[in-house]
Amino acid sequence: MEAGSMSIILHGVAVLLVLGAAFGLGLAIASRKLAVESDPRIDEIEALLPGANCGGCGYPGCRGMAEAIVAGAAPVTGCPVLKDHSPIAAVMGVESTATERLIARVRCGGGRKEAPQRFIYFGVEDCAAAQSLGGGAKACTYGCLGLGSCVKVCPFGAMKMSDNALPVVDEEKCTGCGLCVKACPRQIITLWPYDKKVTVLCMNKDKGAEVRAVCKVGCIACRLCTKNCPTGAIPVEDNLARITPELCTNCEICVEKCPMKTIKGAKKQERAVG
Amino acid sequence: MTEYLLIVLSAIFINNFIVARFLGICPFLGVSKQVETATGMGMAVTFVMALASGITYWLQKVLVMFNIEFLQTITFILVIAVLVQFVEMVIKKSSPVLYQALGIYLPLITTNCAVLGVTIINVTENYNFLQSVVNGIGGALGFSLLLILFAGIRERLAFAPLPKALEGIPIALITAGLVSMAFLGFSGFNLEALLGF
Repeated sequence: MEAGSMSIILHGVAVLLVLGAAFGLGLAIASRKLAVESDPRIDEIEALLPGANCGGCGYPGCRGMAEAIVAGAAPVTGCPVLKDHSPIAAVMGVESTATERLIARVRCGGGRKEAPQRFIYFGVEDCAAAQSLGGGAKACTYGCLGLGSCVKVCPFGAMKMSDNALPVVDEEKCTGCGLCVKACPRQIITLWPYDKKVTVLCMNKDKGAEVRAVCKVGCIACRLCTKNCPTGAIPVEDNLARITPELCTNCEICVEKCPMKTIKGAKKQERAVG
Repeated sequence: MTEYLLIVLSAIFINNFIVARFLGICPFLGVSKQVETATGMGMAVTFVMALASGITYWLQKVLVMFNIEFLQTITFILVIAVLVQFVEMVIKKSSPVLYQALGIYLPLITTNCAVLGVTIINVTENYNFLQSVVNGIGGALGFSLLLILFAGIRERLAFAPLPKALEGIPIALITAGLVSMAFLGFSGFNLEALLGF
């Protein structure tokens, strides 16, 4: 019995080894014989890309992006992660145009402390799953579910969950690849210009009284920001203040005026969310 | 000779991999948008299935000899994976256009259960070497026939005035069901009696 089972293991290993070696050798020879000359620029550009294969460009991985750039199907600035596209442009022999750097902004300020839960959720640690269970545990149906699906998909380690169950973006590490934007079932995260620091941390489109009932820091559409903004950059639509980033000058008057402390600027945003 | 004819006809019509055995559904839905790519895919699958049938026949002999038949699945998959890799290289070299069109579905032949299916059916049916290869080719021809037929239908469907909700995959699935039902007409045919052997 002992000897028999031993020989079965040995034979199994030997047969698989021989097969693997023979096939490996065959494929190695075939790959030499059938090698396809590819454009050397593809390899050069692939080496310049981040190599995270995040898919933020819409192509299957960095290799796919490099092939698309060389084929002319994608612009040299196609990679949303790279800050400087000029080395790629140099390889392709074209001028690179600077693009505005975008980063992910979480537009909800209502964490565990500010926004109550309707029930205790014991399900899968995934926002989409929580959302499909009666619309999520949070009383505010627009707010962050706080299970960190965005944090899990971030390939650059630029997000973490705060103690208050809200995702915090490390703006220096964030590359604007947009994976967290896609992961959020409530479309709370948007790509926002890096140098525009003022954001409305609310997505609630309900009327003021209803917002007050579900969140201490929600936008009640009082329009104080709209009236006080010197550049008219904060229109209120659907009971929600919305900043137009092109018009915002980072003056932070709206941050001072907002009675609910919904709008946050450069310094206060970190303190409130983190 | 008649024996091989029976195996081929049976593999194409009566025990068709897609509509009777429900194997290889993924490429059936994935690569059936254009007749041209469907033909290319059919040829690639035919090549892989014929070679895999032949090689696994001898491999099974080796496995039986050493009393290690339990390694059947892993060794067969190994053979199929190597063949697919080889086919991929050949297609990339000979026809970059076809390589582009087949895209991800080319490496996915590895996981096309019809290929593993045919090799295991060969073993369970106790086919000899030639019968195995013929069954592989027949099965692949049946797969290709269905793929090309279906692609032809879908090419026309692309221009059909459909309700919005049915466009794309929904109508493709309904069509696949109808095609499968049409092929149900072949099931239970007694080929020997029919052809007078």
